[in-house]
Amino acid sequence: MTAATVGAPAGGVLHGVGVGRRSVVGPVAQVRPAPTVPADAPLLVDGRPAEPAQVHAAVETAFADVAARLRTQADAATGTVRDVLAATAQMAADNALRTQVLARVDAGEPPVAALDAVVQMFAQMFEQAGGYLAERVTDLRSVRDRVVARTLGLPDPGVPALTRPSVVVARDLAPADTAALDLDNVLAIVTELGGPTGHTAIIAGQLGLPCVVRVAGATDLEDGVDVAVDASDGTVVVAPGDDVRAAVARRAEADRLLAQETGPGATADGHAVALLANIGTAADAERVGAGPVEGVGLFRTEVIFLERTTAPTQDEQAEAYAQALRAMGDRKVVVRTLDAGADKPLAFATQPDEENPALGVRGYRLVRSNPALVETQLAALGAAQAATGSTPWVMAPMIATPAEARDFAARARAAGVATVGVMVEIPAAALRAREILAEVDFVSLGTNDLAQYTMATDRLRGELADLLDVWQPAVLDLVAATARAGQELGKPVGVCGESAGDALMALVLTGLGVTSLSMSPGALPAVRFALRHHTREQCEQMARAALAASSAPQARADALALAEPQVRESLGW
Amino acid sequence: MAERTVAVASRVGLHARPAMLFTQAVAATGVPVTIATAGGAPVDASSILFVMSLGIPHGAEVTLAADGPDADRALDELVGLLATDLDAPEGDAGATS
Repeated sequence: MTAATVGAPAGGVLHGVGVGRRSVVGPVAQVRPAPTVPADAPLLVDGRPAEPAQVHAAVETAFADVAARLRTQADAATGTVRDVLAATAQMAADNALRTQVLARVDAGEPPVAALDAVVQMFAQMFEQAGGYLAERVTDLRSVRDRVVARTLGLPDPGVPALTRPSVVVARDLAPADTAALDLDNVLAIVTELGGPTGHTAIIAGQLGLPCVVRVAGATDLEDGVDVAVDASDGTVVVAPGDDVRAAVARRAEADRLLAQETGPGATADGHAVALLANIGTAADAERVGAGPVEGVGLFRTEVIFLERTTAPTQDEQAEAYAQALRAMGDRKVVVRTLDAGADKPLAFATQPDEENPALGVRGYRLVRSNPALVETQLAALGAAQAATGSTPWVMAPMIATPAEARDFAARARAAGVATVGVMVEIPAAALRAREILAEVDFVSLGTNDLAQYTMATDRLRGELADLLDVWQPAVLDLVAATARAGQELGKPVGVCGESAGDALMALVLTGLGVTSLSMSPGALPAVRFALRHHTREQCEQMARAALAASSAPQARADALALAEPQVRESLGW
Repeated sequence: MAERTVAVASRVGLHARPAMLFTQAVAATGVPVTIATAGGAPVDASSILFVMSLGIPHGAEVTLAADGPDADRALDELVGLLATDLDAPEGDAGATS
């Protein structure tokens, strides 16, 4: 333990990797991990080990309480979260689980050991069955953790019920945890693990929440203590003084002013760069469509497919796409076809036995094993286009070769979609961007995946975040090559990775020749502001400086040195 | 001891929603019922954990068994349940996969 962890003094600072640029002050709400107690931990009554009958009663009550609480939570939830919670509640209420644990308790086994043994038995059976069941082991273990905590009178593990705006702190947040958060009361998210492109960070970005990941000592912060979370410099200040609070308030005021600028994206000298939003659902389109956004640069359609056992029908999809198109009116909407596989598995499409899923049958490659998925999706988009009179753009993820681009374009055009593009996420596609662009109308760079494949760095490995950095000159070289091909052929080259939402990177991308930037809606005001205060020539100088640098931190520093002082001040760079 | 053997009709097998509906129905009969796959040991059919861990795919035959005066009534009801597609999505047959 260091001074920066347990009982960190007022003003003590914890460091991590920031996601976003906002800062807030609020009380800590810890997401409790599983209780770590020895298997023979005794149940104490009035300080003395409990009688066997008391242990029996305590365990039985704990099971009933946990099942009831989960059921209440499920009833209050919707969609996937509801299903997950309901299934977990049924496990907690399971007859065989309870009676076997109680039989061991009655035989004199300590309650934790009894629970561990029975849960372990079921977990092994599930793991042997594999597939869908292996994934349910997490739910089973969460039942174990809740029952152990309840039996021994420890705080409930998992996401706390938030009663006031709070800074949610966790070792790491599982997707189900994130889904269970009462977002109206979340000010910021701080985690001890995870990387800046991981699940938590992306969700936080989508919601416009400041987030700091990889903060050592975060889970030792006391519940309820105020912290100042600054996503732009990746710090968490414990019990901040008046000066820090005042600085946060000033930044909030500056944010409010930034958000008032609403015009189309352009540099100071009028070079237009379309500023677009990334969305995952038709409901997102309705939310961002009400704001000053120029369109949707990335509609991630896989959300419609996730957590289902069979693919959604053509009509079901057409309705969702039509809803998004209607929400955006005559503004541009770029729909990306299904990007499943690797970290986004689908029950009906994913190859279960891939050794390297990130290098496997994912993204557009699913067309090899399951062409009907793509065909149905394109037909649904064609139907949505006919129903709304809009003209959506469509693009395929994970294209590696011009032949794949040609194949996709042929299918999309056959379905009646006029404007067809592909994602450039693989170095091979960036190096051959000219040949790929010859087959399609536009390309869009997915910078997270491009960095992952260029740097041979798993996006999910937080400890390699420095390699995964989009500022790596090698990654910038590939972006530059793609943008150059677009300029030569007179076709649009967009960026729809998280990097487009980094205002400084947005200037560099503009300087490299990128024609549109699509990002989390929360990032738009800062990018719009930064663009408006730099000329195209300045952006090009920054791009040249970044390309000439010898490392990622140097590239960022060299670009930053050329930024307008006023913008640096306003955006807290 | 009453017994019935039936093929599982649910398209996803006896997992997820079908397993939940089946085990709830077993519990509702109030009769202790076991379920076994061909050649497998019988397990408590009211336990979703046991039933799911059998990993029963679509079309596999399972044997239900129960004792007592209500055994036949309970088994007939449960066999009827297993012989229907418990995972049929409401009003659609156009799955694309």
